[in-house]
Amino acid sequence: MESPISLDFAYGPSEDVVVREIEGEIIIVPLVSGIGDLEDELFTLNETGRAIWRKLDGLKPLRVVVSELAAEFDAPADLIEEDTVGLLQELARRKMIIRKGSASER
Amino acid sequence: MSTAKKAFSKKVPSGRAGLWKAGRPLLARLDFELTERCNNNCIHCSVNLPAGDEEARRRELAAAEIKNILGEAASLGCLSVRFTGGEPLLRDDFEEIYIAARNLGLRVRIFTNATLLTPELAALLKKIPPLGKMEVSVYGMSAESALAVTGNPDSHEALRRGLALLLSHGVPFEVKGAVLPPTKDELDRFEAWTRDLPGMTALPSCAMLFDLRSRRDQAAKNDEIRRLRMEPQEYIQLESRRGEGQKAELRAFVARFAGPGGDRLFPCLVDTASVDAYGHFQVCLSLRHPDTVYDLKKGSLRNAIEEFLPKVREMRTANPAYLKRCGRCFLKALCLQCPAKSWAEHGTLDTPVEYFCRITHAQAVSIGVLDEGEKAWTLTDWQARVAERAASWKNGSGAKPEGSEECEGERIWKAR
Repeated sequence: MESPISLDFAYGPSEDVVVREIEGEIIIVPLVSGIGDLEDELFTLNETGRAIWRKLDGLKPLRVVVSELAAEFDAPADLIEEDTVGLLQELARRKMIIRKGSASER
Repeated sequence: MSTAKKAFSKKVPSGRAGLWKAGRPLLARLDFELTERCNNNCIHCSVNLPAGDEEARRRELAAAEIKNILGEAASLGCLSVRFTGGEPLLRDDFEEIYIAARNLGLRVRIFTNATLLTPELAALLKKIPPLGKMEVSVYGMSAESALAVTGNPDSHEALRRGLALLLSHGVPFEVKGAVLPPTKDELDRFEAWTRDLPGMTALPSCAMLFDLRSRRDQAAKNDEIRRLRMEPQEYIQLESRRGEGQKAELRAFVARFAGPGGDRLFPCLVDTASVDAYGHFQVCLSLRHPDTVYDLKKGSLRNAIEEFLPKVREMRTANPAYLKRCGRCFLKALCLQCPAKSWAEHGTLDTPVEYFCRITHAQAVSIGVLDEGEKAWTLTDWQARVAERAASWKNGSGAKPEGSEECEGERIWKAR
């Protein structure tokens, strides 16, 4: 069972997916079987998902990602945090992201 | 703003329109012919060369060249590549090419006869799924009929082994058939068999209207293919097996797309392209006319798409025979007549192909848009004809508008 998403950790794309940006769309392409739900398919992100995804560099803790997004978007910080964690939960369930480590581990 | 059910990602099922909201990529899909050689020698095939044709093998692109072209295709936004042939699995380096394509983030479709599938390749396809159903040609339900079509005594058994490997490894595939003298009487059995296959969601598609050789290389084989062609009435009868829905689809298509083609030869070209086994960019796989082919050893795929393809798209004809018939025919969109067919039959881009004209007219009579003996290009007020006949047809197109599906519960923040 995957760990819950933590604001103290950095997250980045799994090596089991290929992430492509085409015409402004982020396309997540599973590379190995077992990614996604029951079928192996391509996935794309909505506008909110894209904004969050572009911040996921595998280095910054999620807390920093949330504050950077809060500075860029006119939405309450708790809503942005909720959405960010929500996206990561969604992607983690599909094994598309991995936890890279906490600030204290680096 | 809706918080009913948040979802930030959505699946992009194969072939779905509506992904692109801003621009479209220069290239969406690529057909890649990895070889013209095949271990079968099907009686109706418009491409195949013998598996052991060393001269053809020597001319084929090396794996590194194929990977370069795939890399360029991916950089142009291509999402999907179809590996075809000949028989693509004949290449010793198929696995290397396949893995490279998947590592580029390409969805791969493999059009194969499945007879050369090995346990190792099946395991690879299980581990690194192609993300698109394999397309497997099944020409014959018995060893006898398969041999009569493929000329390969081992093809039936080898195909069964290949399909068993795909099934046991859970690799999705769909099968395709061909209505030929040796298989015609097996059609019911073939369709019944496909109903039990996990990847089949509809009746299998079956080739019925065969093309001549796209290389214009074998006059004797062309004669054989011509002999295999069914008469229009037989074609209509076979199509009617699909029920009234098929007729309704045809009517909806005519109601929507009727109209003369005029002098433009390529109204069809969209955001797909093909590459042949030797590195030539082609607007489609069956069109090898030298004026429509671009050598990728002398220029890039981007150049082919940005500079060469627009010139092909603009090609027009002044051939009076074409303009008098196809140019004025309101059934142009329904007809298989196109520069590729003209090339294979006549060595030109713009000569009407009588066989496909006859097929189209028979279809038009069968759905009631033409009367027996009428020629579509002689109707001056074709709009009135279509409107009058369409009024008596009940079904519409039923097409969904592009981009009609959004993420559920999408919540968009406003930028500061």
